[in-house]
Amino acid sequence: MEEKAKVRVENLTKAFDDLLVLDNVSFEVKEGDFLCIVGPTGCGKTTFLNLLTKLIEPTSGQILIDGVPADPHKHNISFVFQEPSAFPWLTTQQNLEYGLKIKKIPKKEMEQRVNDIIELLGLERFRNAYPHEMSVSMEQRVVIGRAFAMHPDLLLMDEPYGQMDIKMRYYLEDEVIKLWKATGSTVIFITHNLEEAVYLANRVLVLSNKPASVKAEFQVDLPRPRNVSSPDFIEIRKNITDMIKWW
Amino acid sequence: MGNDITTAQSSIEKERQNQRREKLRLLMLSAGTVLVLLALWEAAVRLGMVNAKYLCAPTTVLKTFFIKLTDPKPDGAVLGVHLWTSLKLVFCGYSLAVAVGVPLGLFLSYYYTLDKLISPIFEIMRPIPPIAWIPLSLIWLGIGTTAKAFIIFVAAFVPCVINSYTGIRLTNPVLISVAKTCGASRWEIFTTVCIPSAMPMAFTGIRVALGNAWSTLVAAELIAATSGLGYMIQQGRSFGRSDIIIVGMFTIGITGAVLHWLVGLLENRVIQWRAER
Repeated sequence: MEEKAKVRVENLTKAFDDLLVLDNVSFEVKEGDFLCIVGPTGCGKTTFLNLLTKLIEPTSGQILIDGVPADPHKHNISFVFQEPSAFPWLTTQQNLEYGLKIKKIPKKEMEQRVNDIIELLGLERFRNAYPHEMSVSMEQRVVIGRAFAMHPDLLLMDEPYGQMDIKMRYYLEDEVIKLWKATGSTVIFITHNLEEAVYLANRVLVLSNKPASVKAEFQVDLPRPRNVSSPDFIEIRKNITDMIKWW
Repeated sequence: MGNDITTAQSSIEKERQNQRREKLRLLMLSAGTVLVLLALWEAAVRLGMVNAKYLCAPTTVLKTFFIKLTDPKPDGAVLGVHLWTSLKLVFCGYSLAVAVGVPLGLFLSYYYTLDKLISPIFEIMRPIPPIAWIPLSLIWLGIGTTAKAFIIFVAAFVPCVINSYTGIRLTNPVLISVAKTCGASRWEIFTTVCIPSAMPMAFTGIRVALGNAWSTLVAAELIAATSGLGYMIQQGRSFGRSDIIIVGMFTIGITGAVLHWLVGLLENRVIQWRAER
């Protein structure tokens, strides 16, 4: 059975003057897929994400969502940035509503979605709190909730847990999976933590050094919740590690 | 176990008590400085170290203050009238400056073309001290209230524009990206991200502007006034009455502090989201 491609990246190339950052990158993401992209630091991951969200324009090639060129005004694209990005002047609830208001989602549905997210993330206690009244990890959860509340066609996450300690990471990774399952969103998750990639992804894409191109692809079919110390898990992680020894 | 809790409670209680004591100590320190200064001043006048004609004693100032509450002599109006005239003047010039200056700064900073269009003019006007506008404003607006309000407007306008302008420039680019990826239009980004983010800076401008406006008052009231705190001080000088001058100065100082406090209250209301400092 051929599953529908939600996102298609075709021959994407980006050069800043003489510096070639992305070289002819092509891949597809299926509807409802969870794709992790791993690659060495400075390989052009951020450029790649900025291209996907149309914050910058590619030199050549294109990104199609449902067969049409990606456009933030038309599509629901959400982005979770590396640094905490909750609006400091909005409460948790208002932050969750932000994108929905921009998209002019009817009030009733907006309330429904926001309440769902608040419940899923256990944020009830912080509903009317401002970001400065929360810990950084709590703020990051609000940001992730905000992204999922959009029911995005495509959700991009750029190392959202880069600054968290290991215990918080495990906890939040499970939370992302929970949200992903509940909303059926298509997710592209960037990380350089291989264990995190194997834990989360249906598919792992390995990028090469600059100029970045797709070096390898791994399917991860392990059942969830995954056990990081199971032999299958370790096997896959080892395969990917072998792939990127040259880092 | 129960004992532990009581110990913990009593230690919390002790901590609070210490905090209260510390607060009181700091308050005493501040009040003490003022009192010591006043006492030295009083003593200096009483002991004849300073000629009371040049600097009257604080007790005399206090007496004049109460007299001026009801007696229009020798400067033609009671203190309340002077204060009211000045407040009206400052309020006119200042509120206009905030109403025009803050939006202008926000827009200039966000819209590039507008910036290039208006900034050069603004940059040239900026270094001109407000007082230097007095002669022109007299020619343009005559010697009435309008001219004085105009001087105060000029004094308050500049910090409003500059700080709002900077506030927009300091918007966290990540937050703008968040709005962009949500599909926000340029106007929506301006109103939902840049303006709220610029508010703390804008309020710094509004505070500085208040200080400027209030302190330009005396200069503005040099223009043929018949009442006002600045005018009262001037009159005090021509009558050789240092007590009236000092009463006027203190009234300006205390009113300024009260206005600052009021703006602070407004600021805290508008910017509830800011972390406590």
